[in-house]
Amino acid sequence: MSAQKNTTVNRRDFLRYAGLSGTAFVLGISSATATDMATVQTLRSTAPNPGYTFTPYIIIEKSGKITLFNSKPEIGQGTFQSIPVLIAEELELAPDQYTVLQTGGESTFGDAQFSGGSFSVRSSYNDMRKAGAAAKEMLITAAGKQWGVPASECYAEKATVVHKPSGKRIGYGELAEAASRLEVPKSPVLKDPKDFKLIGKSVKRQDVPLKVSGKAVFGIDADVPGMVYASVEHCPVFGATLKTYDKTATMKIAGVEQVLEVERVFGVYKSTGVAVIARNYWAALKGRKALNVAWDYQGKEAFNSAGYSQSLRDLAKKEGVLDAGAGDFDKAFGEAGKKIEAFYETPFVAHSPMEAMNCTAHWKADNTLEIWTSTQVPSDILRDLPPLFGLKASDVTLHTAFSGGGFGRRLAIDFIIEAVNLTKAIKKPVKLIWTREDDTQLGPFRPQTFSAMKGGISADGKLVAFQHKVISPTIMSFLNPANDKTKLDQTMTEGISHQAYEIPNTKNLFVYADIHVPMFWWRSVTSSTLAFSHECFLDELAHAAGKDPMAFRLGMLTKDSDTKRVLQKLKEVSNWDTPLPKGKGRGVAQWDFFAGLGGQVIEVSRRSDNSVKIDKVYAVIDLGTVVNPDNVKAQVEGAVVMGITAAIKNGITFAGGKTEQSNFHDNPVLRINEMPAIEVHILAEGGKNIKGVGEPGLPPVAPALANAIFAATGIRVRKMPFDIDNLNA
Amino acid sequence: MKTYTLTINGKRTTIEAEPDTPMLWVIRDYAGLKGTKFGCGMGLCGACTIHLDGQPVRSCQTPVSAVKATSKITTIEGISANVDHVVQKAWIEEQVPQCGYCQSGQIMSAVALLKSNPNPTDDDIDTYMAGNICRCGTYNRIRKAIHSAAATLKTEAGTVKKSPKQASR
Repeated sequence: MSAQKNTTVNRRDFLRYAGLSGTAFVLGISSATATDMATVQTLRSTAPNPGYTFTPYIIIEKSGKITLFNSKPEIGQGTFQSIPVLIAEELELAPDQYTVLQTGGESTFGDAQFSGGSFSVRSSYNDMRKAGAAAKEMLITAAGKQWGVPASECYAEKATVVHKPSGKRIGYGELAEAASRLEVPKSPVLKDPKDFKLIGKSVKRQDVPLKVSGKAVFGIDADVPGMVYASVEHCPVFGATLKTYDKTATMKIAGVEQVLEVERVFGVYKSTGVAVIARNYWAALKGRKALNVAWDYQGKEAFNSAGYSQSLRDLAKKEGVLDAGAGDFDKAFGEAGKKIEAFYETPFVAHSPMEAMNCTAHWKADNTLEIWTSTQVPSDILRDLPPLFGLKASDVTLHTAFSGGGFGRRLAIDFIIEAVNLTKAIKKPVKLIWTREDDTQLGPFRPQTFSAMKGGISADGKLVAFQHKVISPTIMSFLNPANDKTKLDQTMTEGISHQAYEIPNTKNLFVYADIHVPMFWWRSVTSSTLAFSHECFLDELAHAAGKDPMAFRLGMLTKDSDTKRVLQKLKEVSNWDTPLPKGKGRGVAQWDFFAGLGGQVIEVSRRSDNSVKIDKVYAVIDLGTVVNPDNVKAQVEGAVVMGITAAIKNGITFAGGKTEQSNFHDNPVLRINEMPAIEVHILAEGGKNIKGVGEPGLPPVAPALANAIFAATGIRVRKMPFDIDNLNA
Repeated sequence: MKTYTLTINGKRTTIEAEPDTPMLWVIRDYAGLKGTKFGCGMGLCGACTIHLDGQPVRSCQTPVSAVKATSKITTIEGISANVDHVVQKAWIEEQVPQCGYCQSGQIMSAVALLKSNPNPTDDDIDTYMAGNICRCGTYNRIRKAIHSAAATLKTEAGTVKKSPKQASR
């Protein structure tokens, strides 16, 4: 078994989950009772009294209390509301008539208990509605039997079944027992969307009151009797490991109990660190500082960003492997009247969720394991963790807490494995908390990608030849040493051959670059870097062709497409055709990729010859169907902020084999005083595909901003991050 | 180890800790109030903001030994009993939180801002709140919620002032 399979979710898992979403759901009475489950609110098994289950996702108690399960971890994206509401809509519940509990990877809930890839709502939309509709039919049938009237004369509203002719009413609680014994309808009738009371409405999130009162329980808040705290000194040089350590000074710190070696395993990365176990976290931190550790750098201390970036520029000379193509690029480019070439560079970046990685784990005397953590992947933990420790899935109980941010970081379980290694060694419940410095420096990071671009323009100003060549390391090769590095890795060329633009001759390529630094999925992943090079270069080509960048794009979209609708909407809402006052500029970009489709127009003001201020962001997201419009807007607003941070703030760089940044002073994120106005428009015209929400707001940000900067200053930005206070021509 | 008597949210608590232990860990792990969050440990992000005698401070930078026994410590749990502080209500109305991890600190800063400046402009909000990071990017909603809380306070103050005497002026 490969390390990759055992430690992480990978993109293939996403595809498998997505592909199964229509069939994986099994309607049936589950043996699960609420007491098996952990609640997000309390992190403990203080769930409601055992009730009657209608599909594993619904429990109705005699008292009338209704519990719905959310199998998509809440990481800020709103699944705590947007998933259960799918059940509630069909089951005819008002928002205040049900409690939500988070699943913990139990097999009852299937193997797609994860939040990632902007998949949650779109993969649950039909299944969760069916679950609610089936339960409603069972309740109505039970009521009809009890009253001796045809079920067709009854309907449900607000957790009550009503007999229309007589006006008799009975609550779900009173029907639960009888209804749960009925056969589950195989094809329950779903509501007509025009009758929706909750879906498509900006229903308030149930987690918000918890989050404004300090009551929401995150992984870091787990509290287990007898628990000790751990902080781990990891090797700062990637690819290196422990030589020796001296714990004498550490053991003199009050509160320190123990010092031990601990392994962190993640993809091809394997390193031994030194853990300090203490009765309180402050003592663990002080003890860690007092350690005297010698590392075996194994020559990896020579690694640095300047050298690595140069190696990527050198690799750009290689032809690479084909991603996709059309027509005859070489011929068309050779014959083009105008030939433009440009080179774009993007950095590594850290996820930096506000809640640093942490995990509380308890290896018990009976060799069972209990885990409390903030994670995006409950199913993967139950699949991948037990075999690493010689356990069965049934030996592991997982409490999925609210996550203080995910952004892809919590798709990995490296820190969970580390905590389990610790509790297994010391046989006590242990809370491992990474410091902000650990979180910033240890990775995984979004990969650095470089892009070599070529474009040919005909005499009549048309784009006739286009090439995007990506040069980058790959996440898949980091995760799996057996990955074939000579072949195309499509996760690193995401979207570059799938934009709707009608360009007759294209040839997109990929060149593999080796590296030993941990890398992982980051909100919108490669699309967040490739959209920058792709859409900025299109802007360069538009200017070279003497065309308006919006008109140039729309000119390549003669057929109807979602992209065309998005750009037309942007043109309208941003008043694109109305010239801006002198000293201002606007830029446009869009991106269509695995997570969905979004576009933006950004306006900037020129402050000096080489600095700008970001004034306004007009964002359009294309969804097909929308479950909670206000939450979609919040997600796009958030993606824009994260996109601006990635565009204009420091990336992650390496020197001496180590990460150079450590905390928010040198790895800054956007703050409130730097915020532009953001206006979000949702296109939800009932298209046949539901698209994702969490990520599509991000890729267009950097290119739309860079294109606006060009419009305002004439400075063409080709390297992220770029300092908008000091732009380089 | 030293013994400290602290008044947290109006409750007297006696704890034993090393003098250099930051209030952040005292509040979370000794007093058991988990709403105050660890974000950076360097006073850079504001997630650990509490009030010390009404002033917002970063609890990760405040050692327990620096807190007087007579000082009043207020955490997110102490600003209202039923999630009905005007700032909390505005946060709910505007649906500010996403992941929510930074929001205890944001709210503690916002409460302190409105106490010192009941009618802040956008610039006032930006200056006062710039020390609180939100990685989910809820900043524009925070701004909106603070304005809305300020408006509510103004209305409430107006209602109180409408005594017969004042109304006749």
